Amino acid sequence: MRVPVSWLRTFVPGLTEEVASADAIAAALLRAGLEVEQVLRVGGDVTGVVVGRVLDVEELTDFKKPIRFCHVDVGTRVHDVVCGATNFVAGDLVAFAAPGAVLPGPFHIASRQTYGRTSDGMICSTRELGLGEEHDGILVLPPDSPLGADVVELLQMRDEVLDIAVTPDRGYTLSIRGVAREAATAFGLPFADPALLDVPPASGGHPVRIDDETGADRYVARTVTGLDPATPSPDWLQRRLTLAGMRPISLAVDVTNHVLLELGQPLHAFDLDKVKGEIVVRRAERRERLVTLDGQDRALDPGDLVIADDSGAVALAGVMGGASTEVGEATTSVLIESAHFTPVSIARTARRHKLPSEASKRFERGVDPALAPAAAEAAVRLLVELGGATAGPGTDVDRRPDPITIQMPVGQPGRVAGREYEPAVVRGRLEDVGCTVSGDVVLTVTPPPWRPDLTGQADLVEEVIRLEGYDTVPIALPTAPAGHGLTAGQRLRRTASRALAAAGLVEVVIPPFVSEEVLDVLGGGMTPPRLLNPLADTEALLRPSLLPGLLAALQRNVGRGLHDVALYETGVVFVTPGTAGTSTPPVTHRPTGEELAALDAALPVQPRHAGLVLAGTRQGRPVDWADAAEAVVALGRALGLTLELRNVQWGPWHPGRCAEVLLAGQRVGFAGELHPRVVTALQLPGRTVAAEVNLDVLVAAAEEAGPVRAPVVSPYPPASVDVALVVDAATPAADVESALRAGAGELLEDLRLFDVYAGPQVGEGRRSLAYALRLRAPDRTLTDTEVLGARDAAVAEATRRVGAVLRGA
Amino acid sequence: MSAPDVSLLEPDRLESARDAALAALAATGALDELPAVRTAHLGDRSPIALARRAIGGLPGPEKAEAGKRLNVVLQVVQAAYDERRTELEADRDVRVLAEETVDVTALPGRLPVGARHPLTTIQERAVDVFVAMGWELAEGPEVEHEWFNFDALNFGKDHPAREMQDTLFLGPEDSGLVMRTHTSPVQVRSLLTRDLPVYVVVPGRVYRADALDATHSPVFAQLEGLAVDEGITMAHLRGTLDAFASAMFGEGLKTRLRPSYFPFTEPSAELDLQCFACRGASAEPGGEPCRVCSSEGWIEVGGCGMVNPAVLRAAGVDPERYSGFAFGMGLDRAVMFRHGVTDIRDLYEGDQRFTLPFGTEG
Repeated sequence: MRVPVSWLRTFVPGLTEEVASADAIAAALLRAGLEVEQVLRVGGDVTGVVVGRVLDVEELTDFKKPIRFCHVDVGTRVHDVVCGATNFVAGDLVAFAAPGAVLPGPFHIASRQTYGRTSDGMICSTRELGLGEEHDGILVLPPDSPLGADVVELLQMRDEVLDIAVTPDRGYTLSIRGVAREAATAFGLPFADPALLDVPPASGGHPVRIDDETGADRYVARTVTGLDPATPSPDWLQRRLTLAGMRPISLAVDVTNHVLLELGQPLHAFDLDKVKGEIVVRRAERRERLVTLDGQDRALDPGDLVIADDSGAVALAGVMGGASTEVGEATTSVLIESAHFTPVSIARTARRHKLPSEASKRFERGVDPALAPAAAEAAVRLLVELGGATAGPGTDVDRRPDPITIQMPVGQPGRVAGREYEPAVVRGRLEDVGCTVSGDVVLTVTPPPWRPDLTGQADLVEEVIRLEGYDTVPIALPTAPAGHGLTAGQRLRRTASRALAAAGLVEVVIPPFVSEEVLDVLGGGMTPPRLLNPLADTEALLRPSLLPGLLAALQRNVGRGLHDVALYETGVVFVTPGTAGTSTPPVTHRPTGEELAALDAALPVQPRHAGLVLAGTRQGRPVDWADAAEAVVALGRALGLTLELRNVQWGPWHPGRCAEVLLAGQRVGFAGELHPRVVTALQLPGRTVAAEVNLDVLVAAAEEAGPVRAPVVSPYPPASVDVALVVDAATPAADVESALRAGAGELLEDLRLFDVYAGPQVGEGRRSLAYALRLRAPDRTLTDTEVLGARDAAVAEATRRVGAVLRGA
Repeated sequence: MSAPDVSLLEPDRLESARDAALAALAATGALDELPAVRTAHLGDRSPIALARRAIGGLPGPEKAEAGKRLNVVLQVVQAAYDERRTELEADRDVRVLAEETVDVTALPGRLPVGARHPLTTIQERAVDVFVAMGWELAEGPEVEHEWFNFDALNFGKDHPAREMQDTLFLGPEDSGLVMRTHTSPVQVRSLLTRDLPVYVVVPGRVYRADALDATHSPVFAQLEGLAVDEGITMAHLRGTLDAFASAMFGEGLKTRLRPSYFPFTEPSAELDLQCFACRGASAEPGGEPCRVCSSEGWIEVGGCGMVNPAVLRAAGVDPERYSGFAFGMGLDRAVMFRHGVTDIRDLYEGDQRFTLPFGTEG
């Protein structure tokens, strides 16, 4: 909402320039809760522009476009001027910027050579003066303008405009009237309500019927006749509309817009001669159509509220008029509609037809239903005064419900704020808002009709506290009961994040929108949720995996000239689409357990994952599958978990270089090198490696595991013994290792694979794995017999389980 | 074997043997020459060793005195030898270790360096401030049901406030599922699942249908707070916000509330933080301009208010007995002004160069 300050001041007569500058008004309104985003200054940066008379016009014909050479008399001297506009004749009075003048920009005017002549100044257009967007030609001033007079003063160009972002509950501030009322309250000054007009009693007007009272509870119709369609809107009216951000169109339209801005009541002007019979407010009929003012032929929905006459729908009520009854250049009789439509109905229609308008914006937020007759009267008066029209009779169909009343203990605002307010202050503030207040200990409050947002105690409390000032609320700390700190799971998640950073990976945060194509490349039959209104049609799915985002980030890094890249992300993924059709519980009371369970059951499964990608080199060697796998194992270790790896052939992974990550035998993720097919399709660096695990499962297991049990640290000396085993090349080292552990028994303290050999000495299809075993007893020094016994048992178990043969035996 | 030459034990012979040994040691310049000198003057064939052997050839009464004399010489030479060896070893160490000198400024970079994202660490820091006050951390799903995201938060079905949220909706058409537009649904979840009183802080990712540009992101991080207890007032809201601002952004920094509108709070307020850079000085007459707050003196960081009784009712909490306050703020903006980030895309593009300088604690 753009509020010209001069217009606002007319309704708060005490609010003069001396009392408060535009900035002071903006600050006071901001404190009262009106979001004044900026104070626009208009005309303030224009100087040296005076009224001049065009003495003669010489058309220069040597150029591609029309150029004129003129002499302009400003009273004290005559200037030579070159001008590109053609909409003036000799004798016209114009706004002339002499050398030294300043136009908005700032643009300093100086004498200059152009088109072979000296141009000693400039004849200004509306746009060049900052008065509007019109630039069809220069501004021709009225013939009675005094020669040499300052144009800024003459046109009262200097003004300030408050640009206010109106919150959805404050529909009344979408009007000068509403903002002026807040300004009057803020400065404690009297408010001159522009809606207090004497309206002649309605009788004998155009017939009106409300068929659907759920859609409209008031409809005032006024007619005027004998309007001169050629009369333009006067400058002051055009200027006000322009300052408020609207384009002047014609007198009839400008007048309705003026009333809309001033009072907040949307009006619609019908060409009375085109209206056929009774005006009916009803819902659209099946398959009914309407050509709206924007020329669109629209199929109406049975939920749309329409204004109809004998010919059918002639307007989308409260949203947009129809073409068939549009006011045009020949219109001499006008029917003014000033109605109150139900917010929900207007909101739905405006949304359905994607037609947000100045009218629908106000109806959605609630228009003062008491305003309709005064608003129509204001429009009629202007048309009579400015357009030479004759006022006709009026109709007022009034089905308004009784106003609500709210009971509120007078101490309630104080209880909410944490301080006391004098009862007189509470009553006074509610009256400032426009409420009628009675009662003593418990107040009975009737909110004013322009405040449909005031429906309960809390709303009244807010009015008192905000008008007294939020800065007068004291400062105190509440005492929360002793809390439990972070839960084990919450702490473990932090640990996981730190562990990945400690493993030399850099955390990234990636938006979760992915394309169908990338999921096809990755494979694996993922079924994530789909957005109905994605930001980009190409990324309409929610990520079921962290890999697409990480791989895209990798590609971006590489594209920006980085070669060694190691990234990780922990975040939510969406692995099922969610289900539709859950009924929504009421909000008047706590839903039942079943209702809540149904809501949760409808949600997609949304586990938190940890993912990582690496490419390029690490520590001077190319990254390989083990970098990804070791990072995952390290993550598990940080959480106190032992993760196991198994070769697996799966989805986007290199068939020979992928591990499934197991926790107690259950798969929790994958780690390894990506399949060359994926690397090529996603244009990734060769040999890109990655991993992804379900962090929720790991954290839950870590929580479950409870405190770590301390090991017994034996003070006795260890015995070391090495064994080299020849096994089938396909036998996983992990299997050999677990057999050795099982066979060696309790004396085995540690076991390490220190050499892997494949070659002629062990035979085709076989390999040798050499392990160092460290044996120790908790209570004694081991004897040679014990050590050899444990070694032989370990080898025997490896032989039994995987057919291992002691190398050299 | 020839007879012992007892003359070797005469004082002047011993002295000349000693002096020869001391001179030879003094003349030894390198550690590897030392064994030869030792052999010559302390070895089996050295004058001193031969003298020792000659003691037996002296008459009984002279033996003791000659032995004493010999021992003095032996001790002097031995001590001189030890000293010289220590000196030469020290010389060698100095030389050899000097040769082993490395350039400590040329780190090979063996440990791969990782880092955590500032959005993660700021979230943890903010949460810790509240946990220290006895609050607990609550969480909720990112894909949320409209009932939690809107209905239970007092957004009317057709109220314009719902439209203003730029919601991302999930298919199919009637699913009622949305990307949560704020962390506020966790208010309702917390009230439904926790025992009263409830003091929770809620960090999390939220979504709006805003295209990614320098100042907007479809994904951003919020921090929500909710306190519901008996006797909670707006004064408690102000006190809590001031305490948080002090702990998080600088001792003594204030917050400011401006009346506003949110369906789930009444009264509602915009939450401004005193500019941590100029502390409001730039907005004073004649103040130095401030780039952080555009010389406003304040930075808009979020919204807050007293929990609307309608929200309490929807969650089964008696608004006659309990009251509460809630606030929400954008952590992206906090990161941006704390660390001087000028383009929000830097937070979400995953460029390694952006995160690396933040280390693991931001």
